[in-house]
Amino acid sequence: MVQVFENKTSYNVVGTRPIRHDGIDKVTGRAIYGADVKVPGLIWGEVLRSTEVHARIKSIDTSAAKKMPGVFAVMVHQDLADPGTETTRNGLQDVDREFFNIMAKDKVLYKGHVIAAVAAIDRNTAQEATRLIKVEYERLEPVRNVDEATSPNAPILIEDLIGDHLGENVANTNIATHFRHEFGDVEGGFKLADLIVDREVSLEMVHQGYIEPHNATVIWHEDDKLTVWSSTQGSFGVRDQTAKFVGVSPSQIRVNYSEIGGGFGGKTKVYLSPIAAILSKKSGGKPVKIVMDRPSVFQATGPAPGGKVKVKMGVTNNGKITAAEATIRYEAGAYPGSAVNAGAICIFGCYNIPASRIDGFDIVVNKPKSAAYRAPGSPQAAFAIETVVDEICENKGWDKIQFRLDNAAKKGTRRGDGVLLEKVGFEESLDATRNSSHWNSPLGKPDNGKLRGRGLACGYWMNGGGPSTCDLMLSDDGTVMMNEGSADIGGTRASIAMQAAEVLGLAAEDIKPSIPDTDSIGFTGTTGGSRTTFATGYAAYLAAQSMVKELKTRASILWEIDETDIEFSNGVFRSTKESELKLSIKELAEKLGVTGAPVSTTSSVNMAAGGNGYAVHICDLEIDPETGKTDVVRYTAIQDVGTAIHPSYAEGQIQGGVVQGIGWALNEEYFINDDGSMANYSFLDYRMPTSLDLPMIETIMVEVPNPNHPYGVRGVGEVPLCPPIAAVGNAINDAIGKRIYEQPIKPGRILDAISKD
Amino acid sequence: MHPFSYVAPKTIDEAVAVLEKNGTRARPFAGGTDLLVQARANKWDLDTVVDIKKIPETMSLEVSQEGLTIGSGVPCYQVYNNEQIKKEYPGIVDGALIIGGIQIQSRATIGGNLCNAAPSGDSICPLIVYNAVAHISGPSGSREVAVEDFCTGPGSTVLQNGELLVKIVVPKPNAGSGTAYQRFTPRNEMDIAVAGVAVSVQLNNNGDDFESVRIALAAVGPTPILANKAGSSLSGKPINDDSISEAASLAKEEASPISDMRGTIEQRKHLIEIITTRMIKEAVKRARG
Repeated sequence: MVQVFENKTSYNVVGTRPIRHDGIDKVTGRAIYGADVKVPGLIWGEVLRSTEVHARIKSIDTSAAKKMPGVFAVMVHQDLADPGTETTRNGLQDVDREFFNIMAKDKVLYKGHVIAAVAAIDRNTAQEATRLIKVEYERLEPVRNVDEATSPNAPILIEDLIGDHLGENVANTNIATHFRHEFGDVEGGFKLADLIVDREVSLEMVHQGYIEPHNATVIWHEDDKLTVWSSTQGSFGVRDQTAKFVGVSPSQIRVNYSEIGGGFGGKTKVYLSPIAAILSKKSGGKPVKIVMDRPSVFQATGPAPGGKVKVKMGVTNNGKITAAEATIRYEAGAYPGSAVNAGAICIFGCYNIPASRIDGFDIVVNKPKSAAYRAPGSPQAAFAIETVVDEICENKGWDKIQFRLDNAAKKGTRRGDGVLLEKVGFEESLDATRNSSHWNSPLGKPDNGKLRGRGLACGYWMNGGGPSTCDLMLSDDGTVMMNEGSADIGGTRASIAMQAAEVLGLAAEDIKPSIPDTDSIGFTGTTGGSRTTFATGYAAYLAAQSMVKELKTRASILWEIDETDIEFSNGVFRSTKESELKLSIKELAEKLGVTGAPVSTTSSVNMAAGGNGYAVHICDLEIDPETGKTDVVRYTAIQDVGTAIHPSYAEGQIQGGVVQGIGWALNEEYFINDDGSMANYSFLDYRMPTSLDLPMIETIMVEVPNPNHPYGVRGVGEVPLCPPIAAVGNAINDAIGKRIYEQPIKPGRILDAISKD
Repeated sequence: MHPFSYVAPKTIDEAVAVLEKNGTRARPFAGGTDLLVQARANKWDLDTVVDIKKIPETMSLEVSQEGLTIGSGVPCYQVYNNEQIKKEYPGIVDGALIIGGIQIQSRATIGGNLCNAAPSGDSICPLIVYNAVAHISGPSGSREVAVEDFCTGPGSTVLQNGELLVKIVVPKPNAGSGTAYQRFTPRNEMDIAVAGVAVSVQLNNNGDDFESVRIALAAVGPTPILANKAGSSLSGKPINDDSISEAASLAKEEASPISDMRGTIEQRKHLIEIITTRMIKEAVKRARG
C-alpha cells in the first residue's frame, strides 16, 4: 500500500508530549511482565545446555532425571513436531532451522545450545534434574569467526546446508549465502577516481543487552488449545512459531500480551514457548514456566553479527564519488540468517554513487544464532563506510559535511541494492548538523594531559512496513477504546493513540489503548524495523477516519439532514447550512443509542517500506593516553524523524540508540575463548556503559515528512544506532592521530595504537 | 541449586562447630554478594550456609587509639560512611567505595571480599599496605595472619576446615603517612579491576623523603601482590620523579598477570606502572595533608 500525502505542518495532538498511557502501570509496578505471570498449579521448566562449542551428540540419557522426585516431564528434540520447510507468515527470519536451534537434534553448534528440558515442581528441582541428564559428546573443532569458517579445511557446521553462492548450489560449505548487488560501471568509476581508499574493519558479536531475560509460560489444555505468555516483540510471531514446532494450528494458540523489559530486536525470536508447550503437554496440562538466567541469555540468544566489512571508494579531486565497492561478511551464528542483507541495503544508503558493487556473505560459525539488533546489519556497515569517508576527507582536507552534501542521497538516488529513493531528509540533516551549536563549538581543552577529539559519522536505515491492525470503539462518555496488535517497546501505545486522537479531535488521554491477545485483534506484525508508529499508527488513522464517517451518518440521522451537509473539524460535527446544528464527539457519543448500534471501527493495513531514516552524529571524547581510557564528553545526534508524533519518545529512542552505540564502539564484545566459548557472559564482564560513562545525549530532530504517511511518520528507533561506532572511531582518530579498525575500540587497542609510533 | 539449610549462630564457637562439621558443604554467609551468585553457578555444592551476622564480634566496627577493627560481617557502606575512618584510613575507603554499586555495598563486606580471594578484590590491596591483620577462629583456637599472606590463589585462602575470619585489624597509621588505592577499569563504575595499585607512604619529619613505602598490586597475579622490591626501593629516597619512576618500573616487574577478557599481559603491566606512579603521588599528597 503506497499512498502519497501532502503533509500538514501544524497539528492539535501530533507533536505534543502527553504522559504515556502505560506510564502509571510501569512506575508503580502494576504492569505485568512475562516473568511476573502466575497461574494456579504452575510448575517450572528448565533446559539442559551444551557444555561443548561444537560436537556431535552421541547419546542423551534422561533416565535418572525422569526418576527424580518432583519431576513431571523430560523432553528432547524428538518431542518437537517436525515443521517441514514452510516459513511462518511473519517470516522475518530464517525460521526453518530454528527447529534445531530451539533444541539440538544430533549436533550442538555453540556452548549453551539447548539439548533437553525438564518440568518439575519448582525451579530448583527442575535445575537439579537437568544435571542428572547424561550427554555423551564427540567433540569437533570449533569454527570461531568468518575467516576460520571460510578457510579451505574448515570443519562444516551443517552437513545438509546447500549454500547459494551467486545462484550456484554449493555443498560442504559454511557460507550459506553469497549475493551481489551491482549497477553502473564500477571498474570504469575507479579509473576516473583521483583517490581510492580501501579499508577493512572487523567487529565482534555484541548483545542487545535487554534487562529482562527471555521467559515463557504455557498451558496445553485438554482440548489441545494452548495459552501462552511470553515477553516478545510480536505475539503473532510467538503464536505462529510455537504452532509450527509443537504441531498444532496457530488458531489453537492464544498468546497473551505481556509487557517487555527491552528487546531491541532480540525478542523477535522464539526460544522457550515451544519447549514449555511440550513440557506442559507431557505433564498432563500443567502450566509450565521457564525463565532464562543471564549466562543463558548471553550464550544462547540474540547477538548481533560480528564479522568483517571491506569498503573501497573512489573520489575525484573535486569531491565527487565515482564508484564504491563493499564486501560484507557477517557471522550468522550457528544457523543461516545474519543481517547481511540489510547491511548490504544500508552500507551505501547515505550516498549518491554512480556505480557500486556489494557482495554479501552469510556465514555460519560456532556461536549463538544471531538475531536482529536495532537496525540489524547497518551499524557494522556504517563503521566501514563512515571510516572510509572520514579518511577521504582527512586525506584531501575536505570539509566533512560539505563532502557528504556534495554526494548526499536524495529523492531519485539509486540505493546500493537498486531501489530508487523517495523524498528523504539526509541533506536537511547535514544542514542542521552544520548549523548546530555542537559543530560550531570549539572542542575545548582537557585537563591532565588527556587528548580530545571530535568525530562525525552518518547512518541509514530503510525502516519497515508490514501488516497491522487497530480497532476503535466509542464509549458513551466520548472516550475511545483502542485495541492494537503491536508490542509496545518504545512508547507506541502513546504514539498510535495520538494519531487516532488527531483524526478524532480528541485529547490523547481520551484514547484508551490496549494490546490484546492474539485471539482478540487482527494480525499484526512483530514490532521491529521501526515500523510500529508508522504502520500501526496508519491503521489507527484509518480506523479513526472510518469512525468519523460513521459518526457523520449518526449526526445526519439525529439532525434529519443530508450527510453531505455535515462537516467535521477539530472534534466537532457541524451542519454546513444551519449554524445551530453542531455537536462535539463527546456530545454525540451520549446520543448514539437513538441513532443505531454502538460505533466501532477497525482497520488493517499492509504497508510498504516505512520512509528512509537518516542520522548524523557528532561525538567529542577524551582519551587518557597513559591508560587508553576513553570518555565521551559531548554527543549530539541529528536525525530526520519525518514527523515526531511524540517528540519526547522520539528523542528517547535517539538517545537510547546512541548509548547502545557508544557501548558497541568502546567496550562491548563477545570475548571468545580459544575453545570457542564466550568468556564474558555476565553484565560484569560484558561491559555495557552505565549512566556514569555517558554525557547527556543531545538531540536535534529534523522533520522532513514521509510522503507515504498521512502525518509524515518515519521510523525513528533504529537509525540512531547506525553512526556511533564510526563517530567514536573517527573521534578517536582525531584525538590520537591513529585509526583503529577493530571494534571494540577498547583501552588496550588504544594503548597499542599510541605506542606504535 | 538444591535445597540447603540456613543457620545463624550467635557465637563464634557455634559457627566454628557447624563449619567444621560440614566441611566444604558449608560456607560462612556475610553479605552473600559472592556466595549466592557462586552457589547459583554451582561453584559450591552447599548443604548449609552459616550466617555470621548474629555474632557480635563479626559485627563490630571500632576506631580506637590502637587502630581500626572491621568485623567480618560489617558491610562496606558502614565503613565508608564512618567519618573517622574517612579521615584516618582513606585508603580503606578508596576500596570500599568501588565494590559494586550502592545496593551491593549495603550487603557486601570487607571480610567477604578478603575471603573471596579474587586477585582483583578492591579492598585487599589497601588492607595489605596498611599492614592489616586477619583474626581467625577455628576448632583449634585463634590465630592471626597478615592480610598479605591470607590469599593463596584465586578463590583460595589460608582458612582451614572449620576456620572463620572474625575480624580484620588495621594498625593506626603514624603521622606523616598517606595511603591511596585506585584501579583501572574501562568503565567508570560497576566494573572489575584490569589492574589496581594501593600505596602507603611514611614520610620523614620534613615531608620531603620517603621513610618507608608499601605497594600492593591487584589483578596482576593469582593473588593480590605485595610488591616488596618496589616499596623498599623508596626507603630513604627523596620524593621526586626519578625515585617514583624507579619504584613504578619495579612494580611493573613484580606484576605477573595473565591475558584474559579483562586485559592483556602487556596492558596490565603497563597499567601497573602508570597507576603506581599516580598512587605514590596521591599517597604523598595525602601524607602531607
